[in-house]
Amino acid sequence: MTSSPLSTLDDETARALAAIESTDELGALDESHATIVGRRSAFVTLQRSLGSLAPEDRAAAGATLQEARRRVEEAFAARRALLESRERQRRLDVDRMDLGDVVVAQVPWRLTSGHPSLVATTQRELEDVFVAMGFKVADGPEVESDWYNFEALNIPPAHPARGMWDTFYVELGEPETVVLRTHTSPTQIHLMEAAVAGGTLPIHSVMPGRCYRRDTPDARHLAAFHQVEGLVVDRNITFADLAGVIETFTRAYFGEDIDSRLRPAYFPFTEPSAEFEITCTICRGAGCRTCSQTGWIELGGCGMLDPAVFDAVGIDPEEWSGFAFGFGIDRCAQMRYQIPDMRALIENDVRFLEQFS
Amino acid sequence: MKVSLNWLREFVDLDESVEQLREVLDDLGLVVEGIEHVGEGLEDVVVARVQEIRAIPGADRIRLVVVDAGDGPLEIVCGASNFVEGDRVPMAPVGAVLPGGFEIGRRQMRGVTSNGMLCSASELRLSDDHAGLMILNDVDAAEGTALLDALAITPDVVFDISVEGNRPDAWSIEGVARDLAARFERPLRAPRLATTNSATPSASVAAAGIEDPALCERLTVSVLRNVVVGPSPTWVAQRLVGAGMRPISNVVDASNLVMLELGQPTHPYDAAHVAGRALRARAARSGETLVTLDGVTRELARAGRGLGDTGVDCVIVDGEDRVLGLAGIMGGAASEISDATTEVLLEAAAFDPMTIARSSKRHALRSEASNRFERGVDPNLALRAVARFVAILSETCDELQWLSDPLDVHGDAPEPSKVTLRPGDVERALGTPIAEDEVLRILTALNFRVERDGESLVVTAPSARGDVRRGAAGRADVIEEIARLHGYRRLARRTPTWAAPGAITARQRLRRRLRDTLVDLGVFEAWTPTLGSDEDFELTHPGLARVRVTNPLAAEESVMRATLLTGLVRAWGRNLERHRGDVLLGELGAVFIHPDLAETPRRTRGGAGGAVELELPEENERLCVLLGREDDDAASAVAMWSVMSARLGLADVVVRSYDDVAPGLHPTRGARLVDRASGAVLGVLGEVEPSLVERLAPSAVGRRVGVIDLDVDVLADASRATRRGTNVTVPSRYPAATMDLAFVAPYEVHAADLAAALAGASELVESVTLFDVYTGVEGGRSLAYAVSLVSSERTLVDADISAARTALLRAASDLGATLRT
Repeated sequence: MTSSPLSTLDDETARALAAIESTDELGALDESHATIVGRRSAFVTLQRSLGSLAPEDRAAAGATLQEARRRVEEAFAARRALLESRERQRRLDVDRMDLGDVVVAQVPWRLTSGHPSLVATTQRELEDVFVAMGFKVADGPEVESDWYNFEALNIPPAHPARGMWDTFYVELGEPETVVLRTHTSPTQIHLMEAAVAGGTLPIHSVMPGRCYRRDTPDARHLAAFHQVEGLVVDRNITFADLAGVIETFTRAYFGEDIDSRLRPAYFPFTEPSAEFEITCTICRGAGCRTCSQTGWIELGGCGMLDPAVFDAVGIDPEEWSGFAFGFGIDRCAQMRYQIPDMRALIENDVRFLEQFS
Repeated sequence: MKVSLNWLREFVDLDESVEQLREVLDDLGLVVEGIEHVGEGLEDVVVARVQEIRAIPGADRIRLVVVDAGDGPLEIVCGASNFVEGDRVPMAPVGAVLPGGFEIGRRQMRGVTSNGMLCSASELRLSDDHAGLMILNDVDAAEGTALLDALAITPDVVFDISVEGNRPDAWSIEGVARDLAARFERPLRAPRLATTNSATPSASVAAAGIEDPALCERLTVSVLRNVVVGPSPTWVAQRLVGAGMRPISNVVDASNLVMLELGQPTHPYDAAHVAGRALRARAARSGETLVTLDGVTRELARAGRGLGDTGVDCVIVDGEDRVLGLAGIMGGAASEISDATTEVLLEAAAFDPMTIARSSKRHALRSEASNRFERGVDPNLALRAVARFVAILSETCDELQWLSDPLDVHGDAPEPSKVTLRPGDVERALGTPIAEDEVLRILTALNFRVERDGESLVVTAPSARGDVRRGAAGRADVIEEIARLHGYRRLARRTPTWAAPGAITARQRLRRRLRDTLVDLGVFEAWTPTLGSDEDFELTHPGLARVRVTNPLAAEESVMRATLLTGLVRAWGRNLERHRGDVLLGELGAVFIHPDLAETPRRTRGGAGGAVELELPEENERLCVLLGREDDDAASAVAMWSVMSARLGLADVVVRSYDDVAPGLHPTRGARLVDRASGAVLGVLGEVEPSLVERLAPSAVGRRVGVIDLDVDVLADASRATRRGTNVTVPSRYPAATMDLAFVAPYEVHAADLAAALAGASELVESVTLFDVYTGVEGGRSLAYAVSLVSSERTLVDADISAARTALLRAASDLGATLRT
């Protein structure tokens, strides 16, 4: 039997593995890689020598060689990962900073002006107007069940009215049972439930917050937006009180020369329902492009609480009555600052943000 | 819905101006979203014949056209090329004002004079076709004839009206006219109706049936003979075009016209293709399919994704039980009306609105018919609509026969609602009294039946008003109708008052304080997306359960954020690319934790009837600030936090360094903010992990970015975020003694803990301030504190100071810190 060209393979492999294990630097590891499996390495020489074998032996020898080579490459990869991790840790250790030891007085701090979000500022201004009118301000969650977002508001499953809202559904529970709230109205239900449970009726609250609709963003719509909702449940509340609150708010927020008016509309959770319009804030009622020459612009929806909603939360409609209203906070901001494209609000461009104070 | 003023005027006298009518329609809740003036601006346009076309020297895009518009040859320059000599085309003479206000003048071009303009259909607003001139060769009109006369266009005004979901009765010309007639107190005229004119009973040749009475309230089938399919009369075609529909044939057009006019969708079948001349309504069975008129194969009776959708489809089948159409939504191709049709089966029915709504949603198939059926079509309208259909079709089919006793079968139709209005009910709801005779007048004009029952009125809703409910809800519905017709603008206004004061909550005050503090410190407040990509989520929360949106607008907007950091780094990176990254950027908002991972998953009721308990994501409100200015780093974050902590009135929060403090933070440059009294973690601060910066803000590679990420839920909880007490102290009047003490402390000993130990070492200690840290020492690092000593009772003597010093050193040594020598 002639000596096989692979007789040195085991030795070569063992030597290679030992060399890899003893290398402690990434640069050195790269160099070993070149010498051990590179173009002029022993492995490649062995590979070439396979040509001298009888064809029937060639396949087996090739497989043996490949296996050895694979082991060496694996050892390289493992070593590389280890050294890289060590290197990273070393760098992190060098970088380490004990933040408890920071001497605040020694930290340089440049004085620059900050800028609040236009939406947050607008929301606060609206809240302040409503607080002055006697309203409390309540919060609610952004993810809701279909019960709070729809059914308790008199929008049963598969009711065509659900199509009025382009709803984002959340992958939890049965299909279409968990939603990103499409309006702030579910917070009304939470408030009424809590007031019934705690015996704390009446309610005079506004509920600002972020809502979501599956609307492709354009100049007038964003898929996420902010609404403020108002809810009054008390004795002897009538449509006249609703119209009065809308009027008082409109004048207080937009100015004494801005009027409001109601026109019939449909919302499942109020009856009678209305859209409320205010004097166009651009032309002050004279007629312009923004208001399609009508002198009026639509701000939001409102109405007397529907008996079906009272029924869902267990309030006696013979004893209590109430109204609700809602409108867009972003839209108020857009109107006040005449922002041509709502998308500016979510682009977070410092050049846009720095205009607000 | 497009509503023609001419059409309305057939039902009610309307002399008001267009603007007045818009106001009234708006005030009736029939909101006008647009007004179109048909034929406006075409008054001066005439038919002209092309006599000659000449090239203009030096111009290849325009030609000189000689036309005859009745007064001899006229030279006009024209850029279109889709016509030849002899064609007839519309011509606007000099002085004419086209739709949109474009005035035609005499012009000189390339040395020739143009004496008018030859027009395309789109320039005349007659269609969208702007490919070339409108060719009028098919129109029988002499040169010089007014175009309006030639095309038999009657100038009209079309209101685009948005009909609300609770107005099933208003989805028609007659419905809108009824509201106007009621408001103006004018009579409502009825349209011309036909009667059956054949002695042959329908039942002798055809059959009708309802197998599932819950799905179909009523099914009528009429047999029409001697039908000749052809074009509609001009007035029918114009009505349809004005309403945005395409004329097809006299039969289909009559069906569409009746639907637009009265609100009743009807469906004509070619009787020759309906086995047994039988139409029956039933629920589709699993496995059945239907090719609808739009050419799509529909699989029927398959449960949909929507909540409560069990997959019920109502279908119309023939005498061999083969499916002909999806009831109330769209017919099938097999029994469609064709030019060869001579006998028509006309279906006029009323279907269960919810069934239609669900089918229409499930098959993503909306039609003019389904829009009306899903809101509820008056079950008593069917045969009146057929009578109207026959009257219209008779105009083009002289011999038309409507067989006697049309087939008429009934399913489950809801009883009309009956509502009691007690004295004072209207005023209690509206705050405005409305006289009883006004109430009676309004309700009667709207077809409500009103009977007196003692002091009360018993009001029965017309069958067209399926939206009117029973009991207290129905009362609200009826009162809305009274208010609507009376006029919302005539109702009183009153500003209510109540005893309880308005207020914001402690949480809301905290938010305001946080925002104000941020802005004072130079932060730009951002609003970054709630919905992000899986890739972004993986950057900070690899492999963890995430809250996912089922139907995102885009794949990269499908996961609810679990941190504010990612969005802020991205936003900052974009500003950096615009060379405006030298800023502090912050956001206050919710992040969402999957219920499987939440410490306290939110449980709430959901599902149909709210009968199921659901686990919702935990919503964690956070405040995140990115310190992205040129020299900002973790130390800047600590400095900023020290100011925030003071502004928030926190008693004692320490910055404790840890490795791998939070996802997204630098592993060795981060710390937790620990409330010493409660042990609660209020948040983390440090630097953004370099790989996150590299990934989200590539232009910032290698730059340190400071970060503060606070848990607002914890900050708002006084039992976890301990506030400074209300027992303030008045500073001592006696002079204070200060001493600087430098200790060598092992790294395990936090500087703040040592400071706290020093502060508690003696009651004379007034304050302890770290003023220097030096790391070049054995056994840890040197921490130098300025300690101020004072007594509230007397001036300190050397013995006091020396005793205090001993106590301070002992306290330090208890922690393993030794005085640096």
